[in-house]
Amino acid sequence: MDLRKIKKLIDLLEESNLAEIEIKEGEESVRLARMPKGGILASAPMQYAAAPAPASPPVAMPMQSPTEAATGGQAKPSDLPAGDVVRAPMVGTFYASPAPDKPPFVTLGQAVKAGDTLGIIEAMKMFNPIEAEVSGTVLKVLTESGQPVEFDQPLFVIG
Amino acid sequence: MLDKVVIANRGEIALRILRACHALGIRTVAVHSTVDRNLKHVAMADESVCIGPAPSAQSYLDMASIIAAAEVTDAQAIHPGYGFLSENADFAERVEQSGFIFIGPRPETIRLMGDKVEAIRAMKEAGVPCVPGSGGPLGDDNDTNIAIAREIGYPVIVKAAGGGGGRGMRVVHTEAALGNAIATTKSEAKAAFGNDMVYMEKFLENPRHVEIQVLADGQGNAIHLGERDCSMQRRHQKVVEEAPAPGITAEQRAQIGKVCTEACVRIGYRGAGTFEFLYEDGRFYFIEMNTRIQVEHPVTELVTGIDLVREQLSIAAGHELSLKQDDIVLDGHAIECRINAEDPDSFMPSPGLIQHFHAPGGPGVRVDSHIYEGYRVPANYDSMIGKLIVHGSDRATAIARMRVALSEMVVDGIKTNIALQQRIMADAGFQQGGQNIHYLEKRLAERRDTSIGLA
Repeated sequence: MDLRKIKKLIDLLEESNLAEIEIKEGEESVRLARMPKGGILASAPMQYAAAPAPASPPVAMPMQSPTEAATGGQAKPSDLPAGDVVRAPMVGTFYASPAPDKPPFVTLGQAVKAGDTLGIIEAMKMFNPIEAEVSGTVLKVLTESGQPVEFDQPLFVIG
Repeated sequence: MLDKVVIANRGEIALRILRACHALGIRTVAVHSTVDRNLKHVAMADESVCIGPAPSAQSYLDMASIIAAAEVTDAQAIHPGYGFLSENADFAERVEQSGFIFIGPRPETIRLMGDKVEAIRAMKEAGVPCVPGSGGPLGDDNDTNIAIAREIGYPVIVKAAGGGGGRGMRVVHTEAALGNAIATTKSEAKAAFGNDMVYMEKFLENPRHVEIQVLADGQGNAIHLGERDCSMQRRHQKVVEEAPAPGITAEQRAQIGKVCTEACVRIGYRGAGTFEFLYEDGRFYFIEMNTRIQVEHPVTELVTGIDLVREQLSIAAGHELSLKQDDIVLDGHAIECRINAEDPDSFMPSPGLIQHFHAPGGPGVRVDSHIYEGYRVPANYDSMIGKLIVHGSDRATAIARMRVALSEMVVDGIKTNIALQQRIMADAGFQQGGQNIHYLEKRLAERRDTSIGLA
């Protein structure tokens, strides 16, 4: 079965409303199935006798690399409310209040001014205050006391 | 065995370390920059921590971030890989002071080997052959300098103590030229480095780069795992490495290996290390020691059957060396080709999206790479995207396997140096073996001159 025939089959499938085409020619068979996103998945069972393999790799399968699927590749779609996202400037443990027995620096809905302390991040026995860069209301608190945080992790949204 | 290790590196070596950890049941923490979230080993690690933005200075070189990541994940040890902080004595010290195990030698050892002059002095005392030299700064007395040069033997090279990287150096071929050469180098050094201290060394005209791999447990046991030949270089960057070095006899290997292992015991070396030598006319000359796992470690692994990263982890866990010198038997020949994301002609880095990737395979073929189809090579780090290593029963078989493997390897979407590697494997001089460290640049220059009609 040569590549021109397969191309014709692909065109046929694309132009039609069919979900699948399977063609058998003697010992050879090819099955083409339309993928949910509208791409075409070509699969050839073991008995398919290929034409001399082309020097370049075969038609690229529209597969999402497992890592991309797992981590989202680039930036994850944001499900945060609109506003200034306060992100961790360092790695460490987040604390919402100055001491375990004291009340938290800020609460949800609280009005804050630029420069107000929102929380602290501790690393290697050193405490780093996290300050609001804008004035506004605390729209969202995204972490809690005692949680480890990584660089760039969203902590608060001020709007 | 260790419980949890922070992998303080990226790319192919981070993946290598992760594999060794997981095979030993050690849990892993992958620390990475913001642009490295999509690294293969990050997805495979038990935990991951973003430690900073893309620039290395704020991520992979940020000591506080890395140690903080070890803290929040309750890790036990930190593996620095190669490059970055792997040979930073301050980092090793801070890691230990923070209560973690640094997978490598003691900070004092790293500090000693980091000072080139001190390292040479220590190695000389330990009986390791060094490049004959003045052993210290040159004075102003011309007669004394002439005597030193006669002792060393011409040609000599006058080097600025504050220089390095090829700067502040002058080769002298005859006694008549010595006085002027020293004076000129001194004034140049004063102008360039603010320090006119110079010293003298024998100039080796056609050396090969031959290095010895060692393992020591810091408890009195040290072995060597033979040598590697890394003479194929361009601008001091290794391009192809192999083991064993063509032409080195078993006697030579045993002799230089013994000298290195005795030096290890003497200085209390701990972990994996490499003694680098220039080799000329059958003699070894020590130039420096690398106190880390090296890029080219796979060629040693393939000819000895030893897993060097596994041994690093075992030593760091406090175990004595499980291997004796007699356990090290070299079998066959291994060659490594570094695969770089770079323009084949200009050698400029070529980051970008890898649209198609196909790894070679088959007997004796090993691919140490973190890339995958759909991976985007970032612009922020060095251009090496992987290593292709082959093993064969002899050198000719290894070269044949490498040529097939290179022809099978597909990395589309970015430019790579695969074509250059193929030309090296096909080169008659390379096939002959034993070329010196200037050979590759000479052949590249010849090719350039031919293509622009000069030759």
